Amino acid sequence: MSTATLSPAHPTTPAPTRASREERRRGETRPAWLFLAPFVIFYLLFLVWPVIYMFIASLFNTSLVRTGFGTFTGLRNYAEMLTLPLFWQSLGHTLVFTLITTIPLVILAFVFAVLANRVLRAQWLFRLAFFVPFILPSAAIALIWSFIYSPTTGLWNSFEAAIGIAKPSPVLATPSLALLGVAITTIWWTIGFNFVLYLAALQDIPRELYEAASVDGASQWQQIRSITIPLLNRTTTLVVLLQIIASLKIFDQVYLMTAGGPGNSSQVVLTLVADTAFTNYRMGAGSTASVLLLIVILIVTGIRELIERLQQRREG
Amino acid sequence: MTSAHLGRTPLSQSRISRRAVLQGGLGAVAALGVAGGLSGCGSALSAGLAGTKLDPGTVTYWNLFGGGDGSRMQTMEQQYMNQHGGGRSLQSATFTWGNPYYTKVSLATLGETPPDVAVAHLTRQFPLALANLLEEITDDKLALAGLSSADFNPKVWQALALNGKHYAIPLDTHPFVLYYNTDVCQKAGLLNADGSLKPIHGTSEWEAALSAAKKVTGAYGASVATVGDNATNWRWFQTLYSQQNGSTPWLSDGGQKLTYNEDLTIKTLTYMQSLIKSGLMPATTDYTGSQTLMFTGKSGFYMQGEWEITTSESVSGLKFGMTPIPVLFDHAATQGDSHTFILPRFNRTPDQLGRAMGFVKSLLDQSLTWAKGGHIPAYLPTVRSAEFSKLKPQANYVSAVDAVVYDSQAWYSGSGSNFENAVGSQIGLSQQGLATPQEALAAARDQLLTYANTPSPL
Repeated sequence: MSTATLSPAHPTTPAPTRASREERRRGETRPAWLFLAPFVIFYLLFLVWPVIYMFIASLFNTSLVRTGFGTFTGLRNYAEMLTLPLFWQSLGHTLVFTLITTIPLVILAFVFAVLANRVLRAQWLFRLAFFVPFILPSAAIALIWSFIYSPTTGLWNSFEAAIGIAKPSPVLATPSLALLGVAITTIWWTIGFNFVLYLAALQDIPRELYEAASVDGASQWQQIRSITIPLLNRTTTLVVLLQIIASLKIFDQVYLMTAGGPGNSSQVVLTLVADTAFTNYRMGAGSTASVLLLIVILIVTGIRELIERLQQRREG
Repeated sequence: MTSAHLGRTPLSQSRISRRAVLQGGLGAVAALGVAGGLSGCGSALSAGLAGTKLDPGTVTYWNLFGGGDGSRMQTMEQQYMNQHGGGRSLQSATFTWGNPYYTKVSLATLGETPPDVAVAHLTRQFPLALANLLEEITDDKLALAGLSSADFNPKVWQALALNGKHYAIPLDTHPFVLYYNTDVCQKAGLLNADGSLKPIHGTSEWEAALSAAKKVTGAYGASVATVGDNATNWRWFQTLYSQQNGSTPWLSDGGQKLTYNEDLTIKTLTYMQSLIKSGLMPATTDYTGSQTLMFTGKSGFYMQGEWEITTSESVSGLKFGMTPIPVLFDHAATQGDSHTFILPRFNRTPDQLGRAMGFVKSLLDQSLTWAKGGHIPAYLPTVRSAEFSKLKPQANYVSAVDAVVYDSQAWYSGSGSNFENAVGSQIGLSQQGLATPQEALAAARDQLLTYANTPSPL
C-alpha cells in the first residue's frame, strides 16, 4: 500500500549510479528500522506471536486454566471440528452473513455516494449522516438495534403492527430472522466507510469527462455506466475485499444481540471460537476453529482475486 | 435464574458522585506521578484510572441477579453499606447470568483481578473449583465470620462437597415448583377449604386435575415453557425423570460417561408429549407465554422455578399458590440448583479475607429478605425463625429442598450450561411434536458424546 503511493524519483535529478544508490540505501536502513521499530515490536508481539501461538495450540489440548500447551494431540482437534455439526452450521451462517452484507454494502454504498456527490448544497450533512454510525462502538449499535427489534413493543414490530401484520415475529428471537436482523444492523453501521471511499474516488473523476459525454449526447445512465463505474473499478476492488474480510470476521453484533441464538441459529465461527476457547476453557480446540476460519478467509479472498484477474484479462 | 436473568441487566452501583469525580481527578493526577502519595486510596473510578488498589476497606462483589432478585440483593447490599461506612465499603457489579458470567469470573481470576466475593450456582462452582480458581472454604475461614458448616442445610452442604472439600458457601436452594391459579382451581374443585391444593398423587390424578382445570379455563390445564428456553425444558424433564425408580444420573465420571436410563428417558419424553397431544398442555409457548396463560386464567397450573413469585405477585388481581411438584411416579423429586458465594483465588491478606467473609455473613443474616424472592434459604437460623415460617407461600414448599436433584457434575454441565442447552433444546423439539422422543434422545446423545469424548480441560 505505502510503496504504491510513493512518487517516482523526480525526473530532473540525474539518475544515480548503482554504487551511490546502494550506499544511500545502506545509510538509510538503520533510521528506517528505528522508525519502524515501535510498530514492528507491537506487530510481532500482538499479531505475529499470537498467530504462531494459535497454530501451535491447535495441535495440543491446550486448556485455558492450565499452564503450558498441554499434551500433543496432533490433528485430533481438526478431526473434531471438521466432524462437529455446529462448526459447519456456524461456517454456513458466516458465509451467508458475508453474502447478505457484502452485496448491499457495496451496491448501496456506491448508489448513496453517487447520489450524495450530486448534492450541491449541504453535502457535508449527507457525508456526516452516513458516516456517523460507523464511529459508534459495536455495543452502542447493538443496544440501538436490540431496542428497534424488541418483541411487540419495538420500533420494527410496532411498524409491522401499524401496517396491519397481525402477529409480527420478534426479529432476534425467530430462528429464520435473527441473522438477517444482525445483517441489517451491520449494513446500517458500516455502510459509511464504503460510502466515504466511494465518495472520495468519485470526486477524483475529472468533470471534463462528464461534460464531454453530455456534449456527445450521453444520458445520465450512460454516463454512470461508461464513466463512473469503470473509473471506480479500483475502489470497488478494494471495497469488496475489505468487506468480505470484515464480514467473515463477524463477532461483536452476534455476541451482543443474539449470543448465537435462538438455539444456534445465528452462531458464527468466531462466537463458536469464543465459546470453545473461553467458556469451555478449550484453548486448543478454539485455536483449531480459528485456523480453519483463517483458511476459509484465504480461500474466499483467493477466489475473489482469481475472478478479478480473469475479468482483467478479458477486458485487456 | 429469574426471567430478568434471561434479559440483559445493567451494571448496578454505577452512581458517580461529585466526590467520586473529584477523586477520579486526583487518581488521574496520581497516575501522572504528580501526587503519587494519593494513589493509595480512592474510589473505583480513580483506582481504574490510575491502576491503583481500591480503598482498602472496599469489598468487590460480582453477582448475576436481575429482576426481583436483583432489587432484593441491592437492598441487602445497601444494608451492608449502612453498617460498614457507606458506599465506599462495597463495590458491586451485576452481569447477565449463564455462560458469559462464568467466563468473566474465570478470566478475571486467571488475570489475577477477581472480585473479593462472587455468586455462583452450586452446579457451576464445581468446574471453577476443579480449575483451581477458587479458595477452599475451610472451617477456619467460616469461623472468621462466626459461621460453621452446621449453620447450613445439611443436604445443600453435602451437595456442595467436591472430593470432601468445600469451595462455596450456600445462600439458598431454588427448586422447580408448581404454581396454581387459585380461582381456576377453586372452580375445578381442586382446593381444600383453606385454599391449599388437594394432594395429587400419580399420573392419573395429575391428568384428572389438569382435565378439571381445563374445563374451567376452556384452554389448558397446565403450562410450561417449550420454546426458546432450554433450561426450562430440562427442568421439567429432569423433574419427571428423577421421580422414577431406576433413574440414573445423566452423566458420571466427571462427564466422560453418559449414564442416563434410556428406557425411562423415552418413557418420560413420551409422557410429556402425551400431556400436550391430549390438549392438557400447550405445544408451543415460551417463558413469559407460559406464565401469562396461568396469570390470565387460561391454564390452571404453571411450572417454573420459585423465583417467578416476584412476577406473579406483581400481577394485579391474581390469586395464586405454590407447592412442590406432585409425585407423579415413584417418589418425590424436583430439578433445582442453589446460589452460593465463592471466593475467587488470589493472594488475600488476612484483612481482605476477614472482610470478604464478613460481607458473606451480612448477606446470610439477611436471608429472610432473600427468601421473599421465593428462594429457600440455606442458612438454618433463618429457616428455623418464626418470621420465615409465616412467609407464605414459601413455607409451603420448603420440603422441596429435600427432593431437589442437582444436575450431574461435569465440566460442561450445570445451570445454563452446554449440557442443559444440548439436552434442553431436544426436549423442547420433542414437546413441540417436531421430533419423536427417540429422535430427540439420539440428537441429544450425539451432541453430548462430543463433550464426553473430549478430555476435560480442567
